[in-house]
Amino acid sequence: MSVSRPLPHDAARLHVTGQARYVDDIPSPAGTLHLAFGLSEITHGRITHLDLDPVRQAPGVKCVLVADDLPAANDVSPSAHDEPLLSTGSVHYVGQPIFLVVAASHQQARRAARMAVIDYAEEPAILTIDEALAADSRFENGPVEWATGDADQAIRDADHQLSRSLTMGGQEHFYLEGQAALAWPQEGGDMLVNTSTQHPTEIQHKVAEALGVPMHAVRVETRRMGGGFGGKESQGNALAVACAVAARATGRPCKMRYDRDDDMVITGKRHDFRIDYTVGYDEDGRIRGVFFEQFARCGWAMDLSLPVADRAMLHSDNAYHIENMRITSHRLKTNTQSATAYRGFGGPQGMLGIERVLDDVAFALGRDPLDVRRRNFYPSASAGSVPATTHYGMPVEDFVLDDICDRLAASSDYAARRQAVRDWNAANPILKKGIALTPVKFGISFTLTHLNQAGALVHVYQDGSIHLNHGGTEMGQGLFQKVAQVAAARFGVDLSMIKITATDTAKVPNTSATAASSGSDLNGMAVRIACDTIRDRLASFLAERHQAEAADVIFRDGQVHVGAESYPFATVINEAYMARISLSATGYYKTPKITWDRIRGRGRPFFYFAYGASVSEVVIDTLTGENRILRTDILHDAGASLNPALDIGQVEGAYVQGAGWLTMEELVWDDAGRLRTHAPSTYKIPACSDRPDDFRVTLYEMENREDTIYRSKAVGEPPFMHGISVLMALSDAVAACGSGGLYPDLDAPATPEQLLTAIERQRAAS
Amino acid sequence: MAEIAFRLNGTLTTASIDRPTVTFLDWLRETRGLTGTKEGCNEGDCGACTVMVSDERGSRALNGCILFMPQIAGKSVRTVEGIASPDGDLHPVQQEMIAHHGSQCGFCTPGFVVSMATAHANGRTDFDDQLAGNLCRCTGYAPIIRAAEAAADQPVPEWMQDDPPGAAPLNSDMMASPDSADALAAWYVDHPDATLVAGATDIGLWVTKGMRDLGPVAFLGGVRDLATISVDDDEVRIGATATLTDAWPEIAALHPSFGELIRRYASTQIRNAATIGGNIANGSPIGDSPPALIALGATLHLRRGDTRRSISLESFFIEYGKQDIQPGEFVEAVSFPRQPDRLKCYKLSKRFDQDISAVCGCFNITISGGTVADARIAFGGMAGIPARATHVEAALQGREWNRKTIDAALAGFARDFTPLTDMRASAEYRLRSAENMLIRYFEEDMAGAPISVLGVSA
Repeated sequence: MSVSRPLPHDAARLHVTGQARYVDDIPSPAGTLHLAFGLSEITHGRITHLDLDPVRQAPGVKCVLVADDLPAANDVSPSAHDEPLLSTGSVHYVGQPIFLVVAASHQQARRAARMAVIDYAEEPAILTIDEALAADSRFENGPVEWATGDADQAIRDADHQLSRSLTMGGQEHFYLEGQAALAWPQEGGDMLVNTSTQHPTEIQHKVAEALGVPMHAVRVETRRMGGGFGGKESQGNALAVACAVAARATGRPCKMRYDRDDDMVITGKRHDFRIDYTVGYDEDGRIRGVFFEQFARCGWAMDLSLPVADRAMLHSDNAYHIENMRITSHRLKTNTQSATAYRGFGGPQGMLGIERVLDDVAFALGRDPLDVRRRNFYPSASAGSVPATTHYGMPVEDFVLDDICDRLAASSDYAARRQAVRDWNAANPILKKGIALTPVKFGISFTLTHLNQAGALVHVYQDGSIHLNHGGTEMGQGLFQKVAQVAAARFGVDLSMIKITATDTAKVPNTSATAASSGSDLNGMAVRIACDTIRDRLASFLAERHQAEAADVIFRDGQVHVGAESYPFATVINEAYMARISLSATGYYKTPKITWDRIRGRGRPFFYFAYGASVSEVVIDTLTGENRILRTDILHDAGASLNPALDIGQVEGAYVQGAGWLTMEELVWDDAGRLRTHAPSTYKIPACSDRPDDFRVTLYEMENREDTIYRSKAVGEPPFMHGISVLMALSDAVAACGSGGLYPDLDAPATPEQLLTAIERQRAAS
Repeated sequence: MAEIAFRLNGTLTTASIDRPTVTFLDWLRETRGLTGTKEGCNEGDCGACTVMVSDERGSRALNGCILFMPQIAGKSVRTVEGIASPDGDLHPVQQEMIAHHGSQCGFCTPGFVVSMATAHANGRTDFDDQLAGNLCRCTGYAPIIRAAEAAADQPVPEWMQDDPPGAAPLNSDMMASPDSADALAAWYVDHPDATLVAGATDIGLWVTKGMRDLGPVAFLGGVRDLATISVDDDEVRIGATATLTDAWPEIAALHPSFGELIRRYASTQIRNAATIGGNIANGSPIGDSPPALIALGATLHLRRGDTRRSISLESFFIEYGKQDIQPGEFVEAVSFPRQPDRLKCYKLSKRFDQDISAVCGCFNITISGGTVADARIAFGGMAGIPARATHVEAALQGREWNRKTIDAALAGFARDFTPLTDMRASAEYRLRSAENMLIRYFEEDMAGAPISVLGVSA
């Protein structure tokens, strides 16, 4: 059967030969115009004078649009209608689009966009968490607070208490393909948009609003993205809308792609957080109560910050059953890029908070952090046991981390290596090693319940070939291949019979973003349902013709078996066509069981959890803070994998990306609010040699207890948080520089500079 | 207009350009309509635009985004579309990339495939170095390396053979392509406001990011007599247009730590283009070769017309943005004396590979009879120019070579340097890590081996 096979990505051959087509590769129709935004040069203020004559006079410029030129809505926000495409007079961050240049070429548009003369009346800017708190600059009226049990009392009653603060940086997505869109004006004012987006329906919605037309007048097509990672969930809206309004204004196709520096300056990134924590714990390492105060820097517009901050709260337990927990979440509004979705969607930040607490407690008690972690795990799922519930009231019915950690600790030789690290450190004064094992439990489903739905459209043509479409988008994760494997399995045909086609709002409507790791869960199911609808029609047709039961018609190996007879699939299809059987169907799926009250923070927001654990061993240089990952072992739960090769690829890639977030990837804004790290020359994502020397990834093969597509589990985001073991291993290595009395208190990203500072604190204290 | 003739994916091709700074990437994608080669960053840092350029000196990977069309005149170029055979047979690196799941989103993949095919053609198996200039955000690199390893022993397909057509001179009002140092010297005296382009790894960004018009440009790729490297009993002399790749093995053989610095200098694609002369002449305070060369006591050789002069390299750097060079004058070579190897170069950056140094410290300390006979210490990233740590040197000179001397000398760093805080590092970190580099030099000398996280395994 085609599911569970480690097949290559469906476009692998196109990728390696350069034939895979991205938005900017689509041959432009004659007369296509190219766009660039003119950007705010200041952090906060009002535009007092805007001289665009030099822009209009620049070579190749056809026209320049400002807010007043827009035909209808001036908004590209995915949430609160607070994000104008073009400034209406006030500016809120360096990089905010003010005007739109329409020119004959990309380069001409870029050049002209820099020629405006803009005067501003500057206003005070709010850049930092502390500045936002002082000014009470925030989204929602006040902080969101959830609680379970009585955290304050439990902390007081515990044997020990400690309080500390952790800061963690944001993260630039650095999708290799920058944002891009192309709008083609159609007859009667309709618009066709090709765009690199995780959310075609939202693009359709925002373009329709911007043009003042019904959604039926806008069709959005996305074949693939060159990486998304959350950065193309909402951040492509501006380009698609700009192209559409410029196409409307000029009657010509319009294309826009951001130069890399513009992309990094304009678009949102992962939210950086500060998390203050107070924990009460007993001598045996058991945590009695925790209070978290989470501060998220959301930037200037709301975007997706509320659900991101919610998910940080939802993952503040990670793998640990903490009966008394209180979390206060501050969603702070600052004059910086509007922080947005990024793989994990707040989950990594919340999870890092509790992992830091566990590490801190273990250090204080002088115990192996793994022991303290395990002591606090949720009870394992077993028959007849009553599951513990999370701090938001969801029973944890599928907890498997005891088994995962047992297996991983054994396969990675964790205990012996921990001792070996100690011995090595005793013999090496300048270089120090560290090791850590951290678990992941990640909730799967959109926390906005209505998003957990998906549609599919399947056609079988007369020759037996199958056209497959669904609402999910392909950003490299292999969703199209997994879903094609499902379709091939349902019809019992070879994968070569399936054509996977570009995501298209005209084929499947009202889709959710391909996000929250839900792509194959939702779309795989919708495709299965559509295929089964056709299959059932075929079975009924054959049963009637051959005097058999429909249930006895089997689709396998390219044949359709009816009793003792079998017929080639294509023959059956042709006969069904001649017999006037419909060979096209839609499929629709909605995730069962989930309910969620985000205000109260209660319910079952997740259909299930995905699990995993990682061990990282690192080495640091105590003279400079330079560091490397030496070995990584990961055991990850992808359920009964639809495609183990693609899933392992997700785990490996996510781990390196997660490690990058916590080590070398540092976003730096200067005092004037300008992002100083706006290109790969200054913002460093992991390069080839930064992957672990020794990298061992294994899937934990166990069926999902919930009825997901072939009992698989979502895999996009959960393994990102295996990167946390790197930070904890670095912390362990820093601790080896001291005498055990001072917690390393390592913030993220743990750049060489951060590490050297932490090392010197150890040296000063010992 | 100018006509640029070259071989593209096996076929002789002529391109018309209306200015000398049309990039090969833009021409490929926008004029030629070959869109397999991608723009990822437009500054030579991500490698999505990597193309393979061959001439009589062999094949090398270059970044197409900062490669000006005149630079490929007369050469053979292969893009990702030319890595498979004309009949569609896949190259071994392509087959293995599929088999090992080396692509996810696929956007970086064409660049990786071209870098891998070039390394494969050159028999290189130091894949972490060969691919340091190709960023991938999806895979975590592991499957790409597995693919590269699996392809390594397979033969180079015959269709990869190229026959570079050779270049005709490109001389017009807007550009020149001199074929000798004499021709360059004569032309530059007549065009003192012109821009000299060797590898374009810096000047490329003036165009792609600064969107500058350069005016008249001389391309130095054909000035082969400026690219020679000579090593004799007395000195090493490196011609200005020798690339970092050219100089690497020669330098590594004499001064392994300098070789290691070059290994970490940018990326393969950049080292294949960037020249030693350019790294000096652009006057950057954070170029990596000047501190090492200064520590070796290098001399810079300058020429204007038929007038030549030689100055100490450190004196070339006057202050930030200001060098001791006259209009119409160019760097001809840099030389340094043969000497016993006492040089250690320490490059500090957020990422090991392809990152600009926060601090680059180069120490050349000679010990005789237990005392410091000579100390030459130079830094990049600590001041507006590459500069020597003169107080530190003085504090070491003539002293006993022991930890006490080292500790006493550390105070000299704060007298020598007042570094900046920027996105790469704070002033405090720069100063502290510079001090610690001296400690490392001493400790490594005592241990007789490098002490580096790069040498450790699990």
